[in-house]
Amino acid sequence: MLSVSNYHVSYGQSEIIHGMNFDVKPNEIVAIMGRNGMGKTTLMKSLMGVIPSKSGEITLGGKDVSNMQSYQRVGAGFGFVPQGRMIFSSMTVKENIETGLTTTKARTVPKDLYDLFPVLLEMRNRRGGNLSGGQQQQLAIARALASDPKLLLLDEPTEGIQPSIIRDMARTLKEIRDQRGLSIVVSEQVLSFALDIADRILVIEKGEIVHEELRENVDEAKIASYLSV
Amino acid sequence: MFADYSTSELMSIFAMQGFAGLILFSVFVLMALGLAIIFGQMGVINMAHGEFMILGAYVTYLTSNVFSEYMPSMFGSYFFIAMILAFIAAGALGMFVEWALIRHLYKRPLDTLLATWGLSLILQQIYRSVFGAREVGVTLPDWLMGSFQLSEIVEVPINGIFVMTLAIGISLAVAALMYKSRWGIQVRSVVQNRPMAGAVGINTSKVDRLTFGLGCGIAGVAGSAFTMIGSTGPTSGQLYIVDTFLVVVFGGAASLLGTIASAFTISQAQSTMEFFLSGSMAKVLTLLFVVVILMLRPQGLFSLKVRR
Repeated sequence: MLSVSNYHVSYGQSEIIHGMNFDVKPNEIVAIMGRNGMGKTTLMKSLMGVIPSKSGEITLGGKDVSNMQSYQRVGAGFGFVPQGRMIFSSMTVKENIETGLTTTKARTVPKDLYDLFPVLLEMRNRRGGNLSGGQQQQLAIARALASDPKLLLLDEPTEGIQPSIIRDMARTLKEIRDQRGLSIVVSEQVLSFALDIADRILVIEKGEIVHEELRENVDEAKIASYLSV
Repeated sequence: MFADYSTSELMSIFAMQGFAGLILFSVFVLMALGLAIIFGQMGVINMAHGEFMILGAYVTYLTSNVFSEYMPSMFGSYFFIAMILAFIAAGALGMFVEWALIRHLYKRPLDTLLATWGLSLILQQIYRSVFGAREVGVTLPDWLMGSFQLSEIVEVPINGIFVMTLAIGISLAVAALMYKSRWGIQVRSVVQNRPMAGAVGINTSKVDRLTFGLGCGIAGVAGSAFTMIGSTGPTSGQLYIVDTFLVVVFGGAASLLGTIASAFTISQAQSTMEFFLSGSMAKVLTLLFVVVILMLRPQGLFSLKVRR
């Protein structure tokens, strides 16, 4: 589905991502793990086109998207749930979801989004900024799904969210994958969540992939050692 | 100061000044709506807003000349065509300016102040070179002249009613566009968080260009309406830019309803006081009043209650 090759990202002179290579298969959930400052968010943002990449190639479903702008990448099949959720706080819940409909040309919010997140239907006329953190996270996911993506990127979705809701979220994300047959890339620091959800785990350190393992034969202690300081 | 007048005279004076205030209110609303979109929503401090307005006024002047020269029989309806042309001309110039200048400055809002001030000087000189330094006026079609006599003392001018209708119509159209249409949703999301709006699939640069163009286009229509009330010169726009910013800031920068409420307050206060005091005293009192309110409520009259 997604293929990233020889991928470099830098802020001015300082290079953050050094020649990264990885693939994501259709219907697969990949967790990218790493400590703070190792380039997880930079990688996610640049995959989305929010910050430019220096060199390398990204293809989605065989189509080269490396030179596309953010909104074109959404059209090509990317969906993005950023760190800190970044919902539009002065707009209502319904309007927030509708921003995601721009590329699909749909007029109304698809019913299955409200089925996934019933709380959003209840709160559809509230302003996004007045929701709780967990509700905002659901809203951000619903907004990304509204554009009917083939690949969903989530940047630290568990940040600032209570453990019981984190477990719910893992279940919902797997449900979304099974229903819609999309691929998911999630960057994460919480190992239990990653183990819950992922089919494959990548560990990045200083902008390079240093470890890769399938969920079935994962060595928890080893990954934990990468995450501890 | 009220002692010289009888009660019925006072009532009539308040009614007439109230109506004059309503006309001033309509002009304020028309000018401030465009700026509320550009400054209130997009955060661009557009010092050239008055010049976009004057462009609309000159387009109206040209249209009226063309009609009286070549199509005198259609002269009665030129005003509607002039307004549409004014909207298109000012909007097109606005989109060009956005492309050439403003889009490079979204991350530096204070720099837009200098850049657009420079632009306003350039436009003023262009108007001076093309149309001359003398002020021009347009001839109104007959149906816009005259007034309704409501009582012995109270009369209301027809062109005032026309400007008011226009202001109400455009306010409703802008409100519907911003709060009911899909395009409005895109504009508001781009304004709140440009990178994120791109990442949900919105073509932010296109939205920015059209939004800026719309704001300038509305300024053009305001200028067109302005020709009914005052004459047009290269620097006429300068006189109004301060009032317009005052209205938008006082109303609460991000709120259209606030803009309208503040235009109403300021224009009514101004117009009623002008009758009893001198014009500059009225202005001083209005400004003092606005300053005091803004000290107590820095966010303006209306603001959104939302967690940030």
